[in-house]
Amino acid sequence: MTATTPALELTDVRKRFGQTEIIRGVNLCVQRGERHAMIGPNGAGKSTTFNLMSGRFSPTSGSVKLNGEDIGGKPPFEIYRMGLSRSFQITNIFHRLSVFENLRCAVLWALGYRYSFWHRLSALRDARLRAEEVLELIGMTHRRHAQAGMLTYAEQRALEIGITIAGGAEVILLDEPTAGMSRSESDHAVELIRKVTVGKTLIMVEHDMSVVFGLADRISVLVYGEVIASDTPEAIRGNPKVREAYLGTTLDDAVEAA
Amino acid sequence: MATMTGTTMHYRPLNLARWLIWGFTALVMAVLPLLFPGGFAVTLLSQMGVMIIFALSYNMLLGQTGMLSFGHSVYAGLGAFIAVHVLNMIGAGKVWLPVSMLPLVGGLAGAFFGVLFGYVTTRRSGTTFAMITLGIGEMVFASSLMFPDFFGGEGGISTNRVVGEPFLGITFGPGRQVYYLIAAWCLVSMIGMYAWTQTPLGRIANAVRDNPERVEFIGYNTQRVRYLVLILSAFFAGIAGALSALNFEIVSAENVSAVRSGGVLLATFIGGAGVFFGPVLGAIVFILFAVALSDLTKAWLLYLGLFFVLMVMFVPGGLASLILRQVPLIAAGRFKRMLPSYAQGAVAGLLLLAATILTVEMIYKVQVDSANGTAMSLFGIGFDAGTLAPWLVAGLLWGVGALAWRYAAARVRAMLETGGTA
Repeated sequence: MTATTPALELTDVRKRFGQTEIIRGVNLCVQRGERHAMIGPNGAGKSTTFNLMSGRFSPTSGSVKLNGEDIGGKPPFEIYRMGLSRSFQITNIFHRLSVFENLRCAVLWALGYRYSFWHRLSALRDARLRAEEVLELIGMTHRRHAQAGMLTYAEQRALEIGITIAGGAEVILLDEPTAGMSRSESDHAVELIRKVTVGKTLIMVEHDMSVVFGLADRISVLVYGEVIASDTPEAIRGNPKVREAYLGTTLDDAVEAA
Repeated sequence: MATMTGTTMHYRPLNLARWLIWGFTALVMAVLPLLFPGGFAVTLLSQMGVMIIFALSYNMLLGQTGMLSFGHSVYAGLGAFIAVHVLNMIGAGKVWLPVSMLPLVGGLAGAFFGVLFGYVTTRRSGTTFAMITLGIGEMVFASSLMFPDFFGGEGGISTNRVVGEPFLGITFGPGRQVYYLIAAWCLVSMIGMYAWTQTPLGRIANAVRDNPERVEFIGYNTQRVRYLVLILSAFFAGIAGALSALNFEIVSAENVSAVRSGGVLLATFIGGAGVFFGPVLGAIVFILFAVALSDLTKAWLLYLGLFFVLMVMFVPGGLASLILRQVPLIAAGRFKRMLPSYAQGAVAGLLLLAATILTVEMIYKVQVDSANGTAMSLFGIGFDAGTLAPWLVAGLLWGVGALAWRYAAARVRAMLETGGTA
């Protein structure tokens, strides 16, 4: 592993469900420390690509490399242990546990407690402090004891991000972190994402172009299971293939609005 | 700790309230046989102690990890069989072990079979897991008739718990000595299982219950979590099995049967799977039905079934949830205001209960037991189930009871919704 090894690299990745090929040879390279956004029309395969990167699905062919190591086909927990953590488009939290317990669960593996049934949770100072740190970071200290299932939607989304980053993974995948949020909630979420991903590699799927162009260092455009462009925001803005994919106007309008 | 803020004050190395609760539990367990010194009461208490361990071990799966098992008696039953064989070996002088440590043998045996069968069952979750546990349960039950040397065939394996030299005068001959042995193991097991809920594995088990998929994305192999929890749960089930072997001095195929697996599910559900102490209540009620009520009426299983169905339909959180609902009312000082409506509910409930009992017992008399005539007595009142009058009384009880219940239930609901201010 050299300094130039990409954090995440997909080479000719394909995924077939029955007869249908959903991902048709995706090539993608994300450098360490980069904030990378994936955009594309509905059904382009963004979420599927995320699932292939995080181990939810295994690729039919092609290679997925995390810090130069092949992770294609590995189960999610192994990929997580190698330093990649993801959030979900549909909120995916532990709804009967408190906010604090949600976060403490998410730090246990990283702190080395594994499957221990000989440690008392209340005596694990490091787990408590780390969970409290994340609680503070996502601005939910006052909701510490609330049951996660009872939180508002925006709070659950913040907790979702908290769980994702709590273990200290180097590569963070966020799947539509601002979906379904109002403007002000979304602005708040962008601030949060900026804050929690300092010094990390971020890959996100996002539909809100103001979020994408405000946050990303590089943008990849996925259409029909292929990456048609992967470049800086400025270059993407002027790319004719991208304009065509977005039917000319949509992207422009979205970017103007941003 | 200087960095402690107001929000982290709950962090205390020594939790005084917890010690008080355990101390109080120990005290109650110690005093109960003195309050109820009769032989039957001690038998009842002993069986409750065993069932509490068994139900709590089952709830490590159901309530804590979200695993619905239909074959939990396998671990208690096989633990009991191993324990009974070891006890017989102690009796024959082939092995040396204090009888009081026999439950540990049962526990280790349970855990061993947990390692064995759990490897298969916990590879899947949800409905598939439930189906595999059912299959394993049937398989073990069928084997019990195939290997008579180990399982003792139809008659089971009997034993004598009075072996070796008495230690400080304790022989475990008298029922009360066995009760105290069971009580001690029950307390230790309860503390052990509670402590488990406060460990990293215990908390991750809760996470698996809530959302197994997400657990895989915070570094945990859910299959491994389920497997480990099952082994620990089988350990405690094995302790319960060995204690029941000591209590009855016989272990038979029934100990590994689906009836036992169903019983522990019923007990856990009735008590409430969502709260740690729920299965304790469930175990006590279950034994009251299975032991005390079965002495009074042949229809006890029907009553238990009816009670279970009513609980599932109207109180899915179990008895524990009924109690926990009162806590905020008590805290707000409004519990007193609830009492009149509760009393009305109780009266209506008693009317319906009387109607149920009268109907069920008369049907039993006429259908099952009419060879000895249809004269019978209930609550000291003699009557003839072959005449119309008692059936009219039953009908009247149903009618009045149902009306009273409708009225009382509406009142209780209204009172609860307004927090006792209506």
